[in-house]
Amino acid sequence: MNLKLKALTKSPWVFHICTGSCNNCDIEILDALTPRFDIERFGMVKVGSIRHADVLLVTGAVSRKAGPRLKRLYEQAPKPCFVVAIGSCALGQGIFKGSYNMPEPVDKYIPVDAYIPGCPPKPEAMIAGLVKLIEKLRGK
Amino acid sequence: MELLKSIGYFVIFPGFLFTAAVGLLASWIDRKVTARVHWRKGPPILQPLYDIVKLMGKETIVPQGSSRLTFLLSPLFGLSATIIVSTLLWRTIISPSTTFLGDLIVVLYLLTIPSLAVIMGGFASRNPLASLGASREMKLILAYELPFILVALIPVIKAGTIRMGEILSYQLNHGIVIGSLSGIIGFLVAILCMQAKLALVPFDMAEAETEIMGGTYIEYSGAPLAIYKLTRAMMLFVVPMFLICIYCGGIDFAHGWLHILLGVLKYVGLLVVIILIRNTAPRVRIDQAMKFFWGPMTGLAVLGIVLALLGI
Repeated sequence: MNLKLKALTKSPWVFHICTGSCNNCDIEILDALTPRFDIERFGMVKVGSIRHADVLLVTGAVSRKAGPRLKRLYEQAPKPCFVVAIGSCALGQGIFKGSYNMPEPVDKYIPVDAYIPGCPPKPEAMIAGLVKLIEKLRGK
Repeated sequence: MELLKSIGYFVIFPGFLFTAAVGLLASWIDRKVTARVHWRKGPPILQPLYDIVKLMGKETIVPQGSSRLTFLLSPLFGLSATIIVSTLLWRTIISPSTTFLGDLIVVLYLLTIPSLAVIMGGFASRNPLASLGASREMKLILAYELPFILVALIPVIKAGTIRMGEILSYQLNHGIVIGSLSGIIGFLVAILCMQAKLALVPFDMAEAETEIMGGTYIEYSGAPLAIYKLTRAMMLFVVPMFLICIYCGGIDFAHGWLHILLGVLKYVGLLVVIILIRNTAPRVRIDQAMKFFWGPMTGLAVLGIVLALLGI
């Protein structure tokens, strides 16, 4: 494995994208960033600008308005960059499946590297999912 | 041979590599103490290095319509200024007699250049939030430079010279500047100006992450961002070291390891004070910062100068 990717697994900076969720997953993401869980131990820091991001945390069943913007945000992120879909809605649209304003789930718009199910997933589940993503990148 | 030696000074020992290593260590101390204040465990010791290596490997995006040359060169501009300051400072500390007349003025000059580089990069990136951050940084420089230069004058008045080596040897013979009333006042003002110079809370409105999303750094990615981060880490080492030089007698290399240890402890103590201010204060608005620096801080600095002239 090259140095580039190894350093990335040591300091994945996360960026949070909400594509029309009910904000429950978003609150759980913020919970995972609190001192109680202390994900800075793994070098994870929440960043404000998409240009600094390594991992995109996407929540919500993508609404018609949010879809093109999600695609654009993914294109704006510097590569290599990875996508984690969080919550039932982001995985398979949850209760919004077949809704008139939610055409397709996240992985039809951009490539998704890890899926974290739950409505909403607990912070422990998110940390477990991110650790699995890191292990996948390290090739274990 | 002389040329090689000079290049060695700039690249290896007091210059780039040494300052980068200690600066990254200092930024780790910053993050670790912050974590302890939050009752967290905090990142591992090599975390700042991982961040820099990772950013070096990422894609560099130049925004459409930005000034490409200015955008990519301004981080290097700031980094080189920091390297020169560090080299000058450490040459002074190690052998106080080798410096030139007026090096204090050169150091004060060069210490503003990293902030100027941030302003240039912010304006070049053609982002409204970056422009906002850059304009705030400009106002902040105008605000804090006046009291900072005034308090840098207090040791000059005490020692009667503008050569940093002579200020150091004066402190060795007559006691440190902070031992007097004017020194204490000057040092307090200098700590707050340093907080603004390093763009730390409460004076981080130029890059306010929660408000303008990184401000001047918003469009930077990859290697230029890594250079900015490295410059900031190095400044976290250089600026406190400068204050320790002119106020607390620097690090004494001539009288055994106990004095060296004492010098290192002075630096770490000052660093922890900065970090505690950063963790316990909320961010102020730019107009409040200007009022603060041009009002009470300048007043205190002038009082310090008057006391120093009276010899107190």
